[in-house]
Amino acid sequence: MSKRKIVPIGPYHPLQEEPEFFKLIVEGERVVDLEVDIGYNHRGIEKLAEAKHWDQITFLVERICGICSTSHPFAYCLAVEDLLKIDIPERAHYIRMIIDELQRLHSHLLWLGLAGHFIGYNTIWMWAWKAREPILDMFELISGNRQNYAMMKIGGVRRDMKKEDYQVLRKTIKELYPTLQLFQKAIEDDPVIQTRTKGVGILKKEDALSIAVVGPTARASGVNIDVRRDDPYAFYDKLHWSVITCREGDIYAKVIVRILEMFESCSLIEQCLDKIPDGAIEAEVRDIPPGEGIGRVEAPRGECIHYIRSDGTNRPIRHKIRAPSFVNVASNLVTVPGYTISDAAITLAAVDPCYCCTERSAVFLKTGEKILTGDDLIKLSIQKTENLKKDYGL
Amino acid sequence: MIKDEVKNALKETIKEWETKSPKRIYLTIDKKHLLQTAKLFFSDLSMRLSTITGIDNEQNFELIYHFSCDKSGEIFNIRVFLEKNNPEIDSLTKLFRASDWVEREINEMLGVRFIGHPNLTHLLLDNDWPKDSYPLRKDYTNE
Amino acid sequence: MGLKEKILTKSLWVFHASIGSCNNCDIEILDCITPRFDIERFGIQLIGSIRHADAILVTGSLNRKALKRFKKVYAQAPKPCFVIAVGTCPCSRHMFKDSYNTVAALDEVIPVDVYIPGCPPKPEAMITGIVKLIDKINRR
Repeated sequence: MSKRKIVPIGPYHPLQEEPEFFKLIVEGERVVDLEVDIGYNHRGIEKLAEAKHWDQITFLVERICGICSTSHPFAYCLAVEDLLKIDIPERAHYIRMIIDELQRLHSHLLWLGLAGHFIGYNTIWMWAWKAREPILDMFELISGNRQNYAMMKIGGVRRDMKKEDYQVLRKTIKELYPTLQLFQKAIEDDPVIQTRTKGVGILKKEDALSIAVVGPTARASGVNIDVRRDDPYAFYDKLHWSVITCREGDIYAKVIVRILEMFESCSLIEQCLDKIPDGAIEAEVRDIPPGEGIGRVEAPRGECIHYIRSDGTNRPIRHKIRAPSFVNVASNLVTVPGYTISDAAITLAAVDPCYCCTERSAVFLKTGEKILTGDDLIKLSIQKTENLKKDYGL
Repeated sequence: MIKDEVKNALKETIKEWETKSPKRIYLTIDKKHLLQTAKLFFSDLSMRLSTITGIDNEQNFELIYHFSCDKSGEIFNIRVFLEKNNPEIDSLTKLFRASDWVEREINEMLGVRFIGHPNLTHLLLDNDWPKDSYPLRKDYTNE
Repeated sequence: MGLKEKILTKSLWVFHASIGSCNNCDIEILDCITPRFDIERFGIQLIGSIRHADAILVTGSLNRKALKRFKKVYAQAPKPCFVIAVGTCPCSRHMFKDSYNTVAALDEVIPVDVYIPGCPPKPEAMITGIVKLIDKINRR
């Protein structure tokens, strides 16, 4: 019954009285150890799910996380459909994929913006979030809301797409390509960003396998996994796309993986729009018989897995949820120690913890005197960038 | 086929084997065979522990270890049953780090003890949460 | 409301506190300062320290662990400090009201000046809420 999402507080304003979310133990400038304290976001969703009807749970799980808000209902619907062993209409599969990939785009752009902010590049932040707005407009066009789209339903999707929307969506995706190319080039060409991110916060492949990280965090360390290819759902196995991996496992690898994934997402949406047939958008579902089901999707942060057990009544007797950040944040215990405090902000952010948890960090110096807050860590990080820029004469 | 490799390696330790859907296999074993089964899955067959589900049944506690075989897309679910009055089982942290947090969570939510876990403290609940109060148990009520 | 409060409305400095939220509202709050909405041109700034805050934006369904810390933070805020409940969660705890880990609605803990319901409320709704707050202060 835990809700699987960590990090409750916005990048600026943690409850700073006792910022004890992450404790970094340092010697001089180097972080030697890290303790993590989570649970500030725990709302008891698994227990709540046992008291709700099957169709109410899609709305409940949507609010586990605001950023990947469609991954959870998607995985839940797949879990119930696994139990029921039903087929859903083709059109529903395509609409689900379009929503899923749009979500990946908005999530990666959001992360790119925040990561830029943490290393002192506020322009990246503003531009990435500005590029994100047309995607939110697409969500509003298709589902009626910028966030919390409520599109998934057991047996299909809740709303249909209008034919007029295809053109608008195509145009938005087409206009996104040059922006993504701009970001890619900006990051590849900037020596300061390279210095800040290459060789920093390395997650080695053996650690990645031992901690069982998922998503871009895993793929950046050479672990070639992606639920869309390994255990395909919807029609991902019928479209042409690539799984992006890197070998270095540092922050730069994580950035590159996410940027290249955005290109793949754009291509996937265009392919869906080419292939989407007419037809029904839902299969009729009456009762949920006794049984068990497991559903998983590739959320922007990695594998999101739901397990449900039914005893034939109209509520589940158990609903287990494991969001990707639950495993990915644990990798910070290996990636933050060994590097400097000014790198802590960007390293903690690099796993994309469904929102940046760095603001809740505290640093305890070995003598136990000064306490630095999350804001201080961000300032240190920005200061490092300024110093590097001077060194490079920029 | 991975399924056959698993069956051959585990032989009689498998008490029950169900294929609920093409890529979801459930096998029930005794809790004393957990470590060797997990070692087979992780070290020999390169599977990844996705998560562990803990369930409070009327007559016992049930733990399901969900191992993902990324090569084939199947999920192998190891089911173990624990006694209600003394729910304890070996911790998988001896083999890898993936089970660290999820075992802490099951410990605080259901009261299952994981033998050998280095740090079985609260993960999500507040530190001053009342002792012996386990939210995921069926007899738990909000006071 | 006195002169002190009216002066604050000229350039409202806002502190954002999330007490167990799903981050949807938090992202939409940050969205307000990005180029499309850009509330900074009205002098409204998101700041990092509670001691500089004129108003607090609260999101989240009041998670038990986080609420303890929030109370201390609120005590540090220099009064008068306006409280704005953003999202349906602090207004009423939303669908989490039966959970064992959510405590109470925000107005049972501290006095609230403005309620902005929505899940999440759109940036336009938040801006309307802030405008209503400013009106409320100026009218008194």
